[in-house]
This record gives sequence, structure tokens and C-alpha cells, in this order.
Amino acid sequence: MSFVYQNIYYIGSIGLILIGLYVVLVKRNLIKVIIGLSFLDTGINLLLISVGYVRHGTAPIFSRPGLSPGQMVDPVPQALVLTAIVIGVAVLALALSLAVRLYEHYGTLDLRKIRGLRW
Amino acid sequence: MRKFLALISLAFIAWGVALSLSKAPFGEDKIVVGKHYLEKGTEETGAANIVTSVVVIYRGFDTLGEVTVLFIAALGLGAVLYTRRRSSERIEPSSLVLRTGCRFLFPLILLFGAYIFIHGHLTPGGGFQGGAIVASGFLLIYLGCPERRTQELRLGATESLGGLAFVVLGLVGLAVGGYFLTNFLPKGTFNSLISAGVIPLIYVAIGFKVGSELAGIMGNLMERTK
Repeated sequence: MSFVYQNIYYIGSIGLILIGLYVVLVKRNLIKVIIGLSFLDTGINLLLISVGYVRHGTAPIFSRPGLSPGQMVDPVPQALVLTAIVIGVAVLALALSLAVRLYEHYGTLDLRKIRGLRW
Repeated sequence: MRKFLALISLAFIAWGVALSLSKAPFGEDKIVVGKHYLEKGTEETGAANIVTSVVVIYRGFDTLGEVTVLFIAALGLGAVLYTRRRSSERIEPSSLVLRTGCRFLFPLILLFGAYIFIHGHLTPGGGFQGGAIVASGFLLIYLGCPERRTQELRLGATESLGGLAFVVLGLVGLAVGGYFLTNFLPKGTFNSLISAGVIPLIYVAIGFKVGSELAGIMGNLMERTK
């Protein structure tokens, strides 16, 4: 039980990633696939942040005197995730616009009926 | 069958990720790069927020590439959704309460976004977050007052100016200090608004660029749903 308690952030974020991948692989509605992509994105961001966590650490901001670098979490994964979130929004918007176009062209969002997207 | 194959591949992926994460236990100490940034970051860049100095100074070139990715995504969305505007469509004007609420809240939201991206080197926040807040103000206009269109030409101009300011600041750093995005301005007093050299300037540029870009993306998506 203590293993789960200690690694709850890892377990949760990997769980999110796996749920997202499952949705992308199995679901046949294009909107659901895009929602799965968003799950994947969130899970990866959460995983990166939790890799950079240091126990009992605070945010890496020297906003008041007396804070020492030893009690702060790793700033590098946070900076990476900051950019990854924006990219995630852009990718999501582009995917949704492609879904809009596909719906106009085929009249459906079912991947089985769209030629060229079947697997 | 499909579900079975998916579950098997998921099990493999979970196994691989768990194997690699067992080398990086949760809550352990930082890597060398992060330690260096935390110990030397405030002297080298003058910013109180280390994440900001990593994003803008240490990995500034990466941020420029990332802003470019956002720009290309917005461009692709515009190209995919492009149609001739049907101006004959009548838009139902919204009610008085909604219109007044929008008009009242919109400048406040813009002000809050500007506050977030100007204080990027002092508080949790910065250009990307502030830009997202500014874009949420535009979303309010799109949803609440559909008869008031934002002008896409002006959004595009703001976006280009933001990107241009970023590149020009980087090139001035190249001319003055010898490498791209040098922090060529004086660092000022630590933990005050005018400090950290070029970081606030770059974050203001990024804030304008991200805000107008996201507003443009939302505008394109809203036009199509009419």
C-alpha cells in the first residue's frame, strides 16, 4: 500500500496516458479520438511535472528572502511543460479543424466510413 | 480483436514506462542542470522566477521555435477552414444584459492578462499564461456579443509585431553580447518590476503574440460554426 501511496502521481499520470492511448486506438468516433489525444497530452504533462518534484519542495520562485535553492523543485520540467501545454492547445485546435472539414466532406465522423483512415 | 490488440500494446507500453521510471524514483533530488539553474539563475539572469529564466534565457531559442510551432498551427487551421465569408448572414444580437456584461468584463480580462505577462519574471505566470487569459477575453466577446467581430487583420498585425519584437531582441543580443538572446539590459534591483533585463520585454512580446494567435484560432473556429 505504501508503494501506491508513494508513487501515486506516477500511477495517475501513466493511467491517464494509457486511457488516452486506449481511446485513440479503439474508439471509432473522430471527436472521441481527439478527446483521447487530449487525455494523452495531459497525462504526459503531469508525468513530466511529477518527475521533477522534490519531496517537500516549493515552487522555484525566489519571491521572499530566506528561500534556499535546496527546498525547491526542479524548474526544467516545468519550463518544458509550459511550452508543451501551448503546443497541445495548438494541436488540438488543428485536429478539430480537420475534423470539421472531414465532417463536411463525408457527412460522418465514423472512422469506419471514412476512406483512408481505416486500420 | 481490436480491443485485445490495443490492450496488449498498452500493457507493453506501461511495462516500458514503469521500467524507465524505476530509475527516477518519485520525490528524489534534482538533476545537475536544475541545480545549476536554481543556484546560479538569480545572479545570471536577475529574475526571481527560475522557470521564467529557463524559458526565456537558458532555453530562449527553444521558446522561439515553440512560438513558431504555434504560429504554424494557427496558419494551418486558417488554411484548412478558409471559406469565403458569407456576409449576408444575419447574426442574432444578444440581450442587453449579456452585451453590457461583455463590455464591462472585456477590458478587465485584458488588464488581468497584461498583469500576468508583465509580472512573468516575479510571479508564477508569463507570456503564455497571460496570452491565454487575453484570448479568453476575446472568447467572451465571440460568445457574448456575436455581432461584434474582431478584425482579423489587426490580430494578424499584433501577432506579427510580437514575433518580430522577439526576434529583434534576440538579434540585438547577438550584436551586443555575441550570442542570440543575450541579456544585454541591466539587471536592476532583484525582485522588482523593472529588473531582469530583457525578460519582461520578451514576455510582453510573447504575451501579445500568443493572445492574438489564440484569439485568431477561436475566431476561425467560431466563424465556421455559424
